[in-house]
This record gives sequence, C-alpha cells and structure tokens, in this order.
Amino acid sequence: MSLLGGVMVSPSPAPSQTQQPASGTPSPASPSASSSQGRAAGPVASPFGAQAQQAGLNIVVLDPAHGGTDPGARGTGGMRESEIVLDFVIQVRRALELQGFQVVQTRQGNENPSFDDRSATANAQRGAVFVTLHISSTGLPGTVRVYLNSDLPAVTDSNGFIPWDRAQAPFLGLSRKFGDLVQGYLTQRFRGSPDAAQTASVRQLRTTAAPAIAVEISSVTVEDRAELDRMAPGVADAIARGAAAFRPSYVVANTPGALP
Amino acid sequence: MTARWKFGLIAGLVIAVVAAAIYFPILRRRVRRAARLQQQSEEQARRELTQPIVIHPGDPRVKTKLFWASDTIDATLVPVTVELPLSNDPVVRSKQVLNTLLAGPVDAELRTLPPDALLLAFYLLPDGTAIADFSEALATSIPSGIVSEQLAVNSITRTLEANVPQVQRLKILIHGQEVETLAGHLDLMGTFVVSTNPAQPPVKPAPTPPSADKSASPAAAKSPTPAPGTLR
Repeated sequence: MSLLGGVMVSPSPAPSQTQQPASGTPSPASPSASSSQGRAAGPVASPFGAQAQQAGLNIVVLDPAHGGTDPGARGTGGMRESEIVLDFVIQVRRALELQGFQVVQTRQGNENPSFDDRSATANAQRGAVFVTLHISSTGLPGTVRVYLNSDLPAVTDSNGFIPWDRAQAPFLGLSRKFGDLVQGYLTQRFRGSPDAAQTASVRQLRTTAAPAIAVEISSVTVEDRAELDRMAPGVADAIARGAAAFRPSYVVANTPGALP
Repeated sequence: MTARWKFGLIAGLVIAVVAAAIYFPILRRRVRRAARLQQQSEEQARRELTQPIVIHPGDPRVKTKLFWASDTIDATLVPVTVELPLSNDPVVRSKQVLNTLLAGPVDAELRTLPPDALLLAFYLLPDGTAIADFSEALATSIPSGIVSEQLAVNSITRTLEANVPQVQRLKILIHGQEVETLAGHLDLMGTFVVSTNPAQPPVKPAPTPPSADKSASPAAAKSPTPAPGTLR
C-alpha cells in the first residue's frame, strides 16, 4: 500500500495480490471486474481464534457513485450526480482526515468502476468502513438520508466462506450502528431528514465486507447548484463525526479475512 | 427597374415576411401537436398489443388495494382501495393489478412507476415465485435514486401481497433480461419477498379444524420473517 501526498492511500492492490493468504491463512477473496458468481468474501471465523491481535477502525473508503458514461441522476441546468458527488467527496475526505482517518477513494476522476471493483477496494482494507455518496432526483431538497443494506440471509459454502454476493451479511449490525450515528449528526444539521438510518436493497452495499452505508442527498432538482454545494460542509462534518463516534464500536481482529 | 417596380417588389417581400412570421408559429404548433398525437397513438398501440387488461364480465368486483406514493414528502406508500373486476386465476389477477398500478393514480404526482413502463409478461412458478417482465422504460424513465427506486419496487411487491396471496416472492426482469440494478442503485439480482405467509393454493382450500392451524406451518413460524420488498 503506497501513500499519495502523505494522506491518500492508494486504491486496493490488484486482485491477484489480495488473494494471497497471509501466513497460510485463508484471505478474503477479491473480485474480478466481470462476475461475482462463485466467489467468497471471507472465512466465517479467524483460524487464529482468540490469539488474533485486535486493530481499530482507521480507514474510510469513500465511493463517489456513478461516473464515466453513467452520470447518475440528472438535474436542472445539466447537473450530474456523478460530478457533484466527486466534489462532495473532497470535503468529506478533508473532514475525515482531520479526525485522523486514512481515506481511500474508489474513483479519483470521471471513471466508472464496476460495483464489484468498488467493493473490492473496500474489502482489501482491514479496519475500514465504506461510505457511498449519492444525490437523488427526488425527495425534499436539503435533506439527507442514510441507508444500510436490507436484511441478507447469511450463508456460507462448504469451506466456511461467505459468498461474494452476501459479503455484507455479517456486517449488517455494525452497518446499522454506523448508519444511525451518521444519520443522527446529519439530522441535527438538515431538518426534515429521518431520525434513523433506513434499509434498502442497495446493490453497492451487498458485496462490501465492512460496515457500509449509502448517504443520499436531496436533490438534483434544486434550481441552483449552489444550494447543494452549501450542504457539502455539513454532510462532510456529519460523516466524519459519525465515523469518529463509531470508532470504539469497531474492533477488528488483526487477521486477514476475520469477521466481526 | 422603375421605382414603381422596386416599390412593388419591396412591398411583396414585406408582406411575405409578415405572413411567414404569423404562419410559422402556427405551423410549429401543428407539427408539435401531430408529433405528440403520433407518440400517444404509438404508446396506446403498444399498450394494446402487449398488455391487454383482461376483464371478464363474470369476474367478481373486489376491493383492490393499490400502493401509490403518499402525498407527503416522506417517500412512503399508502394503500388506495378501488373496486375492480379481478380474475381468480393468480397470473391473470397479477397482470390486472399490476397494469392498474402502472396506469397510475388520478394524481400523477403520486405515481411510483413511470407512465410509459409496460408489463410485458408475468409468470408464476408452483413454489410461489413470480417473474414480472417489464419494458425498458421502467429502468430508463424512473427518477434515479435509492429512495425512488425502492419506492417503485415496494409499490409492486406490496400491491401483489395485498391482492394475490399465491405470490410469495418476485423476480423483476427488464425486457426479458436479468439486470444488476433498476436505475443504478436498487439491486435486482435476487428475488423480493412479497408475502411472509405460507403459499396459498390457487383454489380455496377446504376449511381445517382450528386445532390444525397451530401446527400447519411450524417451519414458517420459526423462520425469520423478512419484510415485503426485502431482497433474498
């Protein structure tokens, strides 16, 4: 893992690297960009059991949604969700770094990594949480909603691995806690936002093996882009405070592939 | 050219310009109206071709719950009860209620599904899994976003749950294909929970003694009950 500019951690290593087990330990599988079928997200439990060292939350993976040929929601005056979230992420990253987090971004510019590639970026980190940022095309302007993935049945294969497409299942409890914290800070700033995080079948979250939330800001229907831009510092601060408040709750076994 | 000819030519040109200025906006309006009428008639023809709403005169009129958006801004659904002639056949009945849902409420603002979306096909497997195949407009015309896409799917699953007890879960296809998301956010790779009750046969079952009810579905009682609209 290399450092860029002293603070920015580079995106995840190549899938082939992340699949290398450490000290003979099964590691979390990492996806290719094409298909998620038949892969596994990680073993059910650390083979080192109680001997595993503990580490804390220190990385936040930020995902500016859409990009490339996918502009996401489109609003008045040619506003594009993919561009706005990239601008928001700059401020969110700054706020997180002030709280002492390392930040990994799933895209830096106008690229469009696949859902699996974005999840792979998060799944290759240890002690990380995942935040995907969206701007909706509906909803009360000036409000922000936090989502976690709907209930997923936790299944394992015969080797005790969790299928890639169910990677989020063991983390749903932590995602709920993280989501409620972030939503709480957001609601303090943005009146009319819900009191607690909501559930939805968000594709991006399902394959992410970490506490993971989607933050959706309303909306691209505002007449002036400046209305959205004014929300950015508040959104950034709420996410950073939420992550900091969540930090004590997330103790990560310092073994590759170990689950919470 | 004499002065009289010049005057006549200029006057003719001025008249032509004035006439054009008056006529062109009228012409433009007519062209737009014709295009709109053609679009509507094509849309109507497509609807008639692909999804005739089958109504048999003998079908009993039943109170049907359709889930559209509430008039509040909190992105919730409310049931609207209308009386419709519905078939007892679960597939025909599902098509009837979904087509009515697609037709939309009186207040277009409360729509959950795009007005140009069509139900192309509907199947029901013996295990209670339904497959609904919608036209591409469901994915391309829906407002992009987690809240709007979840609302759309919930309106479909809750309407089926309320009116077709045989449907246990729902797989959504777009133009015959499995797609990763509805419009970039909502996961369509799995099946959505429609009913948390055990499957009911199409034909009304014989009444069972009250004592038998408790042991009728022990597995269902023990299994977790995901909310309708949850992806499995």
